[in-house]
Amino acid sequence: MDEHSPVFDLRPTTLISGLGRLSLMLGRTLLAFRYFFSSLHLVVNQMYHIGVKSIWLIMITSVFTGGVSAWQAAYQFKNYVPIRYLGGAVGKAVLIELAPVLTALVIAGRVGAGIAAEIGSMKVTEQIDAMESMSVDPIRYLVMPRFAAGIIMLPIITALADFIAIFGALLVAVSLIGVETETFMNGFKQLFTLSDFFSGLIKATAFGAIISMMGCYHGFFTSGGAQGVGASTTRAVVSSAVMVLIADYIMATLLFRI
Amino acid sequence: MIKVENLKKSFGRLEVLTGIDLEIQKGESVVVIGQSGCGKSVLLKHIIALLRPDEGSVVVDGQNVFELKHVDLMDFRKRVGVLFQFGALFDSMTVAENIGFCLKESLHMKPQQVKQIAEEKLALVGMKDVGHKMPSEISGGMKKRVALARAIATEPDIILYDEPTTGLDPISADMINELIVDVNKKLGVTSIAVTHDMASAYKIADRIIMLYEGKIVWDGTPDQIRQTDNAIVKQFITGSSTGPITVH
Ligand SMILES: Nc1ncnc2c1ncn2[C@@H]1O[C@H](COP(=O)(O)OP(=O)(O)O)[C@@H](O)[C@H]1O
Ligand SMILES: [Mg+2]
Repeated sequence: MDEHSPVFDLRPTTLISGLGRLSLMLGRTLLAFRYFFSSLHLVVNQMYHIGVKSIWLIMITSVFTGGVSAWQAAYQFKNYVPIRYLGGAVGKAVLIELAPVLTALVIAGRVGAGIAAEIGSMKVTEQIDAMESMSVDPIRYLVMPRFAAGIIMLPIITALADFIAIFGALLVAVSLIGVETETFMNGFKQLFTLSDFFSGLIKATAFGAIISMMGCYHGFFTSGGAQGVGASTTRAVVSSAVMVLIADYIMATLLFRI
Repeated sequence: MIKVENLKKSFGRLEVLTGIDLEIQKGESVVVIGQSGCGKSVLLKHIIALLRPDEGSVVVDGQNVFELKHVDLMDFRKRVGVLFQFGALFDSMTVAENIGFCLKESLHMKPQQVKQIAEEKLALVGMKDVGHKMPSEISGGMKKRVALARAIATEPDIILYDEPTTGLDPISADMINELIVDVNKKLGVTSIAVTHDMASAYKIADRIIMLYEGKIVWDGTPDQIRQTDNAIVKQFITGSSTGPITVH
């Protein structure tokens, strides 16, 4: 693996070779899941880095996401829709769209960048070569645990984001818009379905896969020195964000039939 | 025995190796010299198949390393120790964990045994009591020594040293040289060392080869190289800026 790989260089040849390498890496990562249990300590360590360390960030972004969606919904409802639907509308928006997507974008910035920078600097300082020279497969040791942790942790922190965002919406609705707590909650319960909640988590799982894979992929194909690491980090974040939004659209059309 | 045949490698338009032929006997200690950027590290990386050539082969004990199946390549690499040019220590692990990495992850030794070997190798390179430190907390020279300890931790039968003494003070450098000579003789290993430090080359080499413009331009014993008339080699070993070699 000695050439660098721009995924968003849209010339057909580089795009195709980039996609080829990406699928190869994904395939090898999936195969490495046979070492999942023997590498559990590595997975848990990554779960901590990806998930637990993101909790505060997610709490802050979620409470504001919920708050602003309550405020904006109330603004759009004005004179047309009774305010008792506020809880339902906000709840649905948060569960199926806002919490999964915004969490993914925030995590792409924090975790995707971190993974790309870490693996990228290991690559340019020959630590990856050193690992291979010691017969340790970097896909098993570095990529699989990050990929697994991404898939496991994104739905969990998205569920947390769901909860906090709805709490934030409730807070704004009650204290600034003047809706009764009970009215808000009744509206929420009326429209709430478990399938919405789980559909949001399914999306989050896919986003976790995208973010961790993009981080690893761009990290792995870093070349040059510190500058190369910086470029890979940027590419990891940008490509995750774009792919999250595209995947979101595709999954929305599959999961939510109109 | 290691046999390199007609090895060619380019990166894009840059031709680095243009046909390397080299035979190294079991137990021999070969030093590769040559200008910075002439492809010494690239040559070393081919020997453990970290890079794949455009053409040619590297045959170790009758097996072409580029044709080995994945598991066989893994087994082959367990027999090889590598000291990378800039140490390549894992910066997320302590010094002791670095030395024990292959023992633990690849040879699946017990933690107690890994710890004991790590301590033993650290003592050998004169670095007792730093096992708990992170690589970022030790000096460049210490990193090289740790990297040496890591390369020999598995008691490999082939060791590749990429510039083991570059950037060290003369005393530390000499200590590393002594260690390399010691390891090579004691364990009967086959070794290839890359360097442009001639003091080091004379000390550890049974045979010195020089790489120039992608080819081997000289191959002989340290005594022979001292008396050579080859202008390229002479310029390099005497360290002169005038002569057939130009610095780009
Ligand atoms: N992975 C790589 N991709 C592209 N070029 C490389 C790569 N590795 C080495 N090179 C180039 O090959 C040449 C030889 O490098 P190297 O073997 O590291 O030199 P040295 O003899 O100093 O060890 C250099 O010009 C270097 O830039
Ligand atoms: Mg080199």
